[in-house]
This record gives sequence, structure tokens and C-alpha cells, in this order.
Amino acid sequence: MNFSLISLEIAVVILALGVLLGDLWTPAQHKRKLGYAAAAGLLLIFIFSIFARKELFPSGGTEILADYAFGKMFVVDGLATFFKQFFILAALFVIIMAAEFADRIKTGIAEFYSLILMALAGMLFASSANDFVLVFVALELITITFYILNSFQRNRISSLEAGIKYLILGAVSTAFFVFGLAFVFGISGTTNFSELHSLLSTNPVLGTQPLFLAGLFFIFVGLAFKLAAFPMQVWAPDVYQGSPAPATAFLAVGSKAAGIVLLLRVLFIAVPQVALEWTNLLIGIAAITILYGNLCAIPQRNLKRLMGYSSIANAGYLLLGFAALTRTGSSAVLYYLAGYLFTVIAAFTVIVLVTRQQDSDDITVLAGLGRRSPFLAAALTLAMVSLAGIPPLAGFFGKFLLLKAVVEQGASNTAYYVLVGVAIAGVVMSLYYYFGVIRAIYWSRDPNDLSPIAISIPTRLSLGVCMAGMLYLGVNPEPAIQLTKAAVKVLNIGI
Amino acid sequence: MTKYILTYIICCPLLAALILLFIPRNFRFVIRNLALLATAISALFALKMFFFDFTTGFPGRQLQHKVEWIGSLGINYHVAVDGLNVGLILMGAIVAFAAAAVSREINKYEKEFYVLLLVMTGGILGAFASYDLFFFYFFHELALVPTFIMIGLWGRGENKNYATFQITIYLSLGALLALVGLIALYLQLPPDSRTFNIAELTNYFSKNPMNVNAQNLIFPLLLFGFGILVSLWPFHTWAPLGYGSAPTATAMLHAGVLKKFGLYGLIRIALPLMPEAAQSWLHIIAVLCLGNIVYVGWVAMRQRDLNMLIGNSSVAHMGFCFLGIASLSLIGITGTVVVMVAHGFLAALSFALSGYIREQTNTLDMNKMSGLLRPMPFVGATLVMAAMAGCGLPGFANFAGEMMVLFGSWKGAFHTSGAAINWIVVAAVWGALVIGALYMLRAVRNILHGPVSAEFANVKDAGSRSIHGFAWWPKLPYVLLVGALLLFGFAPRLLTDKIKPSVDVLLDTAFGKPIQESATAQVAVEKP
Repeated sequence: MNFSLISLEIAVVILALGVLLGDLWTPAQHKRKLGYAAAAGLLLIFIFSIFARKELFPSGGTEILADYAFGKMFVVDGLATFFKQFFILAALFVIIMAAEFADRIKTGIAEFYSLILMALAGMLFASSANDFVLVFVALELITITFYILNSFQRNRISSLEAGIKYLILGAVSTAFFVFGLAFVFGISGTTNFSELHSLLSTNPVLGTQPLFLAGLFFIFVGLAFKLAAFPMQVWAPDVYQGSPAPATAFLAVGSKAAGIVLLLRVLFIAVPQVALEWTNLLIGIAAITILYGNLCAIPQRNLKRLMGYSSIANAGYLLLGFAALTRTGSSAVLYYLAGYLFTVIAAFTVIVLVTRQQDSDDITVLAGLGRRSPFLAAALTLAMVSLAGIPPLAGFFGKFLLLKAVVEQGASNTAYYVLVGVAIAGVVMSLYYYFGVIRAIYWSRDPNDLSPIAISIPTRLSLGVCMAGMLYLGVNPEPAIQLTKAAVKVLNIGI
Repeated sequence: MTKYILTYIICCPLLAALILLFIPRNFRFVIRNLALLATAISALFALKMFFFDFTTGFPGRQLQHKVEWIGSLGINYHVAVDGLNVGLILMGAIVAFAAAAVSREINKYEKEFYVLLLVMTGGILGAFASYDLFFFYFFHELALVPTFIMIGLWGRGENKNYATFQITIYLSLGALLALVGLIALYLQLPPDSRTFNIAELTNYFSKNPMNVNAQNLIFPLLLFGFGILVSLWPFHTWAPLGYGSAPTATAMLHAGVLKKFGLYGLIRIALPLMPEAAQSWLHIIAVLCLGNIVYVGWVAMRQRDLNMLIGNSSVAHMGFCFLGIASLSLIGITGTVVVMVAHGFLAALSFALSGYIREQTNTLDMNKMSGLLRPMPFVGATLVMAAMAGCGLPGFANFAGEMMVLFGSWKGAFHTSGAAINWIVVAAVWGALVIGALYMLRAVRNILHGPVSAEFANVKDAGSRSIHGFAWWPKLPYVLLVGALLLFGFAPRLLTDKIKPSVDVLLDTAFGKPIQESATAQVAVEKP
């Protein structure tokens, strides 16, 4: 039993418990600063994870390595390490954001921090899951934590509404997942990904059994909920709008990425033989998700709701990489996610700061931001420009890699060209609403509030890192490309 | 110095933009003059490159600078010039300087304006110099996005917001279509030798011609993608309104320089890599360019707003470029490149003048203006010259280019073997020249002649002592642009001697001997 493999998870859980305990001895006026302590702890864990990665890949990721624990339920490989670092970084930013948000949470800010860390622990387990049972446990850890996080502003009806909606749809998706899992287990007799993969390669007939396929499809639907992808996308706008902004940000980045890593593991490690037959299904779902997200985002006037629809659209772009059914596509997905992390965190951090005085998420709160705080205005502008996919930012290069992966497959199935067309139509539509946000920042007439916005140093740092990250990933993509390529080596699909 | 001169030309404005970011916004004098200095240095480097460093008559790439960027995808920073882009870079650098010089009208967010202007300049020059498909696109977007922001922030007119969104969405769509085409092009290579390098791509496809089906898929993507960027009829509607709403400098840079990017892309990439598709699509290009020249020319005649007139006429001029490309002949394509350079100077000059007139009179309605030649003799005279250049009067560079395009297409129309343009198209274009002369002369009559109305009696000429202090400096941008038009009008060989060998090689690799021979014969006739 190799406990060093789950050292990151253990550290995060200890940190979460530490924050809860620390709450007991912290005077009320300093509770907010617990967040900075938690962020510092996460930073240490992140630095530790870099060394842990070096240990796993002594020669820089050229080899395929995987260490198993708990009877092959738990795996640490390139994919897992990539996502673990991703999640820790995301949680780090979100906790800093939560500390900025603290004054709007009446009681229990320490629990808020601690719950974010618990969700993080779930995500870390999810990234290492090599067994449907562990997938289920990790998913529940994440989802149940988010039920609480989403309804944390108990004094606001909209927050409670968001929590309930997430609860109901989350329960439905869990039901789908378990239902599908029962089918898969019933037909194949195993829940382990490695065993499932070898079963499918020795016994190809298994991959054609209708019940088995139906089970996999239900599992896919259950995971689509996490991604906010069609057909489980309806919750996103309402929940994004109602939840406290840090929870929304973590939902947009962490929870979505958890869905991505699980989908990668299920589709391309456990059942690649089946996934390769699902070309048209994946193309269709990606296309519908892109269109739905972008079309619905156009008339939105609420910033968080807009981000909710934009998140659906981005789930669609991420599915482009899945639809390509190649490792190039999957590595593009990882690259896009990395850029998405910095972009979305920057956007939500600015939203948290701007909406602090006014109790409104309407797009008009941005009026005059260009003069109130050029720094925040620049951060939000960069985020929107990156989301719109304009060079030289991360979002452009991510979309470039995704489109390239899809066009590459065009020769095998003409539906891919349709998908490219849909993706382009989506990008053009998205320009309208992303530029609408930029317009609200700089162009709006007679803003009524021109008071400067105070920004704390940790927030300033985290925004600075996000902006640097967006620019760096766009201007010098090579190191990140190598990283994502190393991460997807474990997938059992073609290059 | 000479070795990295292209990088200097591109990086000078970009570097200045970076420095400007750190200068406090109330140092207006420093900000403006730094921007002027950077564009001036860039223009001087471009002049040096054009007249001294460039080896005339050598058809291949020169003055190369290559740095590896993303090894795993075969993307490199690779800049070089040959006959096709050397003139465009010179034109871009001069227009950028002129644009910075006439930007006195900007009075809010000056710092941001000059930063964007410099980024746009760097992007434009980089796009023309790049020999790497990825950077080619990357630099173009770098120039395109500031355009949108500048129109949105500093634009004018009540349709400003609509124009901003229209131009953003239209041009982004075009750029994305072209991007998909470029990616598809890249993926036509076998996986182990994939590269974004244009020279290597050209080499590869000249040895292993691309599958005709693939050509017929990719060529329209590039044609319509680039076509939208160049305002190919019927995708031109963004142009007049966008230019009408844009601040002067943006309109100058976009209409003058950036718009030529699409044409350059077609000549540089689409023609040599996909010759079969080019031949089968040339009829469509020929018909569409008729839309530009005849239909948009007709529309231009109905305009009452000077900016809309110039915008429409600039769309109409693009038709000549497409016609030259469709002729697939040495003289036609050489002419296209000359028109691109000439029209760059001309469009910039026209927008600079209309910007100045608007600043002085607060209107661009041609029915309201009259007799302006008397209060502003310099600007008026320059406007007459711009109008004459626009009609294609001999002595201006436009004449040389348009003449060559028409000869090329006439020859192409009676080409017996292979593809040919319908002679009706060519005849229509000859006829349409009259339309151009008509609206230009009418504009001159309305604006400059007639009695001076009382409200315009006090408008000031550019460089008049009462508003500018000293006389020659505000006239410089206009003089430079007119001077360039005249220089290349009287000595077009400065351009054609550089362009022709490169076009020759390009057609040779694409189409082999048959078209090539007849084209050389044609040129032999043309040589004085």
C-alpha cells in the first residue's frame, strides 16, 4: 500500500479540517483571513505537487507511467498529475476570491473555505479514479459539497433557489450515472477501468451489447451534468446566477474540469473501443452544446447568467476535442482548460469586486469600470477577449488546437466539417456578447458611480497571475503543449 | 542591421506600444511624439529596405529572419520579403506614419489610442512580412482587434455602435473561415513533415500537387474568408459604414493597408498551392469582381456623404485586384500588386483628407459643402489629386496598376487554352471606369467649387499659421502620400521590376509552362 500516492489528497483534507479547527480559535473579525492561510497552505501543496510530478516523470514526461493503489481503483499517471495541479491552482484562486467575498456571507466563512477544500479533495480523487466506484464516490463528494456552497448565502432567495435547482438536477444526473453503472457492471462483471479495457479487447462482442451501450450512455449523461453539456445543461444559467460568485467560479472551472477528466478516463481509458464508434454522437452533442450556449447567451443582461451560458458554450468547445477521438484532440482539451482556468477566474474575481457595493449582477454595474479601476477593466477585458478566442491570448490558441484536431479528422467523416462550421458560427456569435461586456466597461454613458475600487494585495496578485497566465499560454504555448501531450499519453486511443 | 531589418520594422511600433503603456497618461506630448517617432523609424527602415537592401530582380525570399517558436507544431517566426510584399511593407510603414501624424483629432484616451495604433501597425507589417501561416494569421488578428476597439471608442456618427458590431462580426467570420482553410492546408501534408512555413508548403505542393478534391474544398474557404476581409462583393457591406464611422487613422490603416492582407493571402497562398482550384474558380471571382467594380461603383454614385463615397470607391477598387488575380497572368497579377500598393496610398490619402475636412467643417454631407477650395487651397488641391488618382489618371500609380490589370485580363479573356475570363466581364470593367470618373469629378465639383457658403468662410487650411503655428509639418502626411502616388506613377518600374520576377516564379510553380510562356510574350510587348 503506497500512501505517498494519495499524499496530495491527504494534505488537502488535513488543510480543510485545519481551517475548520482554526475557526474555533479565530476571533470573528479575523475569520476572513483564514482564507489567506488556506490559500498559503494550498500554495505549499501546489509546490509540493510540482516535486511529486518530477519524481513521477524523471525524464520529463516521455514515458508512460502509472502507479496504482487500492486494488487498482486509484491511479497516479500523467493525466492525474496534470489535473491535480489544475484543481489545486483553481482552488487557490477561488479561496482568495472567497476571502474577498467574505463580507457578503453572513456566518460561517470558515466553513465556506473548508467546503471548497473538500470539493477540491473530491476533484483530486476524481482525477485519479480508475474504477467506477471511486468515480461515483468522488463525484458525490464534489456534488454534495456544491449543494451547500451554492446555497451558502442563506439570506438570499436566489442563492437558495440555485442550491435547490442544483440539488434536483444533480440528483437526476446521479441517478442516471448509477443506473448506467448497474447496467455496465451487470453485463461486464467489473467496475475497474483497466479490467474493462482488457475485457473489451479480448471480447469485442461485449462492446455491441445494447444494455452495455445503454449503460455507458447513461454514464455519459451523468458526466455531461458536470460539464454542463447537452443534454444536462439546463441547470447552468440559473445556478450560476444565484450562487455566490466564488462557488460559481469553482463550479465553472473545477467542477467542469472534473467532468472532463472523468469523461477522458471513462471514454478513452475504460471503453475506447466503444467511444471510437460514437463519433456521430459526440459530434452531435458538441454541436448542439455550442449552439445552445452561444445562442442563449446573446440576449443576456446578467453577468453571471451570461457566464453560465458561456460556460455551456465552452463545454461544447471542449467536446470538440473529444469528438476528434484522438490524443491530439484530448491534449487540445487540456490546453483549452488551462487557458479557461485563468480566464474564468479573472472574470469572476472582477465580478466579485465590482458587485461588492451594488447588490446586482446586471451588466450595467460595469459602467465606468474603465475609469474606476483600469486594472480591473483590463483584467476583465483580457478575459473576455481570451474567451472570444482572439490572439495573442490563451483562448485563441486553445481554440486553434481544438479546431486543428477536428479538421485533422475531416477526411474520415464529413460530419466533422459540419462541426467545424458550427464551432465557427459559435465563435462569431460569442463575439457579440463578449464584446458587449467590453462595451459596458468602456462605452456606457453616464455611469452613476465613479468611486475607485479598493483591491487587496492577494487579489491583485491572483489577478496578475491570471492575466500573465492568459498571455503566457497564448504567446509561448510550447511548454504547455508538451505538458498536455505528456498527460494524454495514457489514453488508449490513436494519436 | 540589414540582416534583421524586417524584424526591426515590425518590432519598432510594438516596442513603442509597450513603452507607452508605462508612460502616465497626462504626458500627452511625449505619448504622441513617441508614437510618431516609432512609426517614422519604422518607415525609414522600410524605405532603406525597399531602395537599398532589396535586390531587385531576384525572385526568391530575401532578408530572412527565422526563430523557432513551437517546434512540435512546426510553427516558426519567419519573416522575409520578395517582390510581392516588399512594396506592401513600404506602403504600410509610410501610411502608418501618416496615420499617426493626422491623429491630432483624438482628444480622449490618447494613450490608449496610440497604443492601439502602434499595435495595429506592428500587426499589419508583421502579417505582410510573415512566411509562416500561423504568424501570418496571428499578426493579422493583432491588427484587426485594435481596429474594432478604435471604431468603438473613438468612432463617430450615430451608427457607431452598429458599425462596430457589424465590422467585428463580419471580419471575424472572414478571418475564421480563412483560419480553417489554413489549418486544412497544413493538414494536407503527411503527419511527420507538417509545417506552417509558406515556402516549404509551396515547395512540397509543387512537387506533390494537392488532391483536386482537397483543393476544391480549401480554395473556397480561403477565397471567401479572405474575400470578406477584402470586401469582395457581396460581402462588402461592412466596409463603407465601418470606414464612415472609424476615426481617421483607423480608416487609413484599415482601408489602405490591412484590407490588402486578404488579396496578399490569395496571391501568396491560394494561387500557388491550389492552381487547379484557382482555374476552376476564376470565373466566379471574375463575376464577383464585376459586382465590386460596377455595382458598388454605382452605389458610390448615389452617396452624399464624402466618407461613404470614399468607402464605396475603395470597395470598387478592390474589384480591379480581384480581376487581376482572376486573369492568372503575369501582367495581371503584377498589376494587382501595383494596384494594392497604389490604392493603399490613395485610400489613406482620401480618408486623411476627409478626416481633415470633417474636423474643419463638422460635416461630410457633400450637398452642404461648396467652394472649399478657396479657404483651403492645399487640402483642396490634394483632394483633387486624390480624385484624379482614383479615376486612374496617368501619372498616378493607380493608372499603372489598373492598366496592367486590364491588359492582363484582356489577354486572359482571349486565352485559347485552359481557363479564361469571359470577355463580357472585361468589357464591362472597361466601361465601368467611366463610373469612377463620374462620381469622383462630381464630388470635386460639389465640395471644392461653387460659391463659398458663409458658414465655411472661416475654415482653415492644413498648416495655416493661425492654427498650427508653423506651416510645413501638418502638410507632411498628405505630401508624403501624394508624393508616393506620383513617384510610383511616373516610375512604376520601381515596383514592377521587383514584383515581376516573383510573380513569374509563382506562376511557374503553380501552372507550369503554357500560361507562363504566353504571359512572358505579353510582357515583352509591354516593355518599352
